[in-house]
Amino acid sequence: MHKPRLQLQASFDIAWLQYLDKQGSATQSLPEFASPDWLTHSFRQMQLARLVDDRAVKLQRTGRLGTYPSTLGQEAIGVATGNALMAEDVYCPYYRETGALLERGVSIEEILANWGGDERGQNYRHAPQDLPICIPIATQMLHAAGVAFALKYRHQQHGTPLQVAVASSGEGATSKGDFYEAMNLAGVWKLPVVFVVNNNQWAISVPRSAQTSTHTIAQKAIAAGIPALQVDGNDVVAVAWAVRDALRRARSDEGPALIEAISYRLCDHTTADDASRYRSGEELQQAWQWEPVARLETYLRGEGLWSDAKQQDLARELAQTMEAALNSWESRAPEPATAIFDHLYAQLPEGLYEQYDQLREELQGARE
Amino acid sequence: MGESANSITLVEAVTQALAYELANDPQVVVFGQDIGANGGVFRATDGLQKRFGAERVLDTPLAENMIAGIAVGMATQGLRPVAEFQFMGFIYPGLDHILSHAARMRNRTRGRLSCPIVYRAPYGGGIHAPEHHSESTEAIFAHIPGLRVVVPSSPARAYGLLLAAIRDPDPVLFLEPKRIYRAVRQPVADDGEALPLDRAFVLREGGDLTLIAWGASVKETLAAAEQLSTEGIEAEVIDPATLKPLDIHSIIDSLEKTRRCVVVHEAARFGGLGAEIAAQIQEYAFDLLDAPVQRVTGYDTVMPYYQLEQVYLPGVERILAGARAALGYVREGGR
Ligand SMILES: Cc1ncc(C[n+]2csc(CCOP(=O)(O)OP(=O)(O)O)c2C)c(N)n1
Repeated sequence: MHKPRLQLQASFDIAWLQYLDKQGSATQSLPEFASPDWLTHSFRQMQLARLVDDRAVKLQRTGRLGTYPSTLGQEAIGVATGNALMAEDVYCPYYRETGALLERGVSIEEILANWGGDERGQNYRHAPQDLPICIPIATQMLHAAGVAFALKYRHQQHGTPLQVAVASSGEGATSKGDFYEAMNLAGVWKLPVVFVVNNNQWAISVPRSAQTSTHTIAQKAIAAGIPALQVDGNDVVAVAWAVRDALRRARSDEGPALIEAISYRLCDHTTADDASRYRSGEELQQAWQWEPVARLETYLRGEGLWSDAKQQDLARELAQTMEAALNSWESRAPEPATAIFDHLYAQLPEGLYEQYDQLREELQGARE
Repeated sequence: MGESANSITLVEAVTQALAYELANDPQVVVFGQDIGANGGVFRATDGLQKRFGAERVLDTPLAENMIAGIAVGMATQGLRPVAEFQFMGFIYPGLDHILSHAARMRNRTRGRLSCPIVYRAPYGGGIHAPEHHSESTEAIFAHIPGLRVVVPSSPARAYGLLLAAIRDPDPVLFLEPKRIYRAVRQPVADDGEALPLDRAFVLREGGDLTLIAWGASVKETLAAAEQLSTEGIEAEVIDPATLKPLDIHSIIDSLEKTRRCVVVHEAARFGGLGAEIAAQIQEYAFDLLDAPVQRVTGYDTVMPYYQLEQVYLPGVERILAGARAALGYVREGGR
């Protein structure tokens, strides 16, 4: 059979980054930003996220919270991402991002309110331009592209510093058209946007291998002509370096980037899920061997930056913080039911007055 | 800022409104497929890129879901995106973003963020277009809480309502009846005056019968009213213009005079807005009615290829038949 002679047209490669190995030893010298303060701050925030998750799951079990998606095992990605952003940047998160939200200044009360079925939980006091967490898969990536357009537009019109939009997602989300469309447009329009994929190996019950036949998630960016990097997502330093580098380039108007952060979901998909139905206990045990919090702790102790005493103090402080947040959340007055009309439009259209009054009267009747 | 009242078509009125708002509000950006150098397939954005630059009038890659989605992101950051879908029949990939995000962002964040977006699309049949180019599925969108659905039926209303839609703090689906894009010319002053949303327009007064129609069907409906007038029957013609939220009060006011009503639309009948209007009329004005509300609509079929589209579209004869059914109805036996 005739075989044509082919010439190499283009070739691509995907790099992988790690600073702390599975045992918590440095594999190379740490970047400058990773000061003792930064490292211990990240350690604190990862533990706080873990605590909030733990409480949230328990609250769900006792019926005080609705379905909740824990971040257990992915704390490094969220904390490193949230931490790398400047306050003026705009974060467009997916639903599994408690660590990142905390870094963005979203309060524990707001997080609990949101999952407790109170929409005021997405009315963030400290991240006024951030998008609310996105439940439909991958749609937030297009929102981030739109946000990035607006940020670049503002920068060009008013000469203000260029801000960056960051979207996060799981690896399952990269199967959707939105993901490709967002990367494609971001490449063409050179938008200041960074896509951070939490590759936690599972999309509910579908393993990564059944989600895509690509060797890496990062290489999906090649088709869009944008740079990509794969990082050890359980290494907070590696994620932080990758996000910071992408942000720096986006801020200098060098365009978008994709980061694939490899991690593992150590929890059920949500409180409504039972992961033991589809994934082996052995795999889970394995994954616990390289989880992000213990890895950082080992490193910190090796450097003399952490001790039993410090851990006891921190545990006490975090428990108090959590307790105070729980109390303040639980003592919050419920939102009036008429709020379902209050924010539907900027001003309630006249055609809805009657339904609004009907609800008010029903509430009145219920009270009498 | 020109205020001369040039005689223009409906599609030119769209261009004029876009240009006015681009010139006067730096937050407005216009984007879609082929809308730049090409000026849009119907020329609704003709000359805008040249005049306002490729940073504000942008050609996008071909992806409707993307067009709908980036508008959400832009709007949350204070821009006023005006996104064009080439045809209403291609909006469905974007429905996710319109329904799941644009229409709910304000409510979901309890007012912190909002989506002042205009999604524009040419819609409706009657221009000999290929399949999927003649859709009239406004009822799908009117069902979505938090969204406005606006349809102009004249150049002046296209200009004034589009300005209002762009300035509205909430998302608006602005459907342009392409069959009448160039059907009539009318002097429209380029004075930046918006027309009110959520308000019906009484296009013709009369005391014998109320005809309700929007978009391109207004043309045949007015023609039917003229025909009836030669027979001594004066029909009031109402164009709701904003289909959601609907100004039912203007319709009821009219029914106080006429007591009989026909709703005309080219969308399929089942679950169409005629059903909603008829339901509201019988809820609010049952005692006013001397006859059941008649619906003159497209059939519950797929919009046919253009050989048969005139069969599908409600024309003057069908409207007259609906009117005669409403006028001729006599309640039997009393109550
Ligand atoms: C458009 C859409 N389809 C389906 C779902 C239901 N769903 C919720 S999470 C999920 C899996 C997502 O997996 P991945 O993107 O890998 O993120 P992970 O939850 O693993 O962090 C699915 C299918 C949804 N939320 N949105």
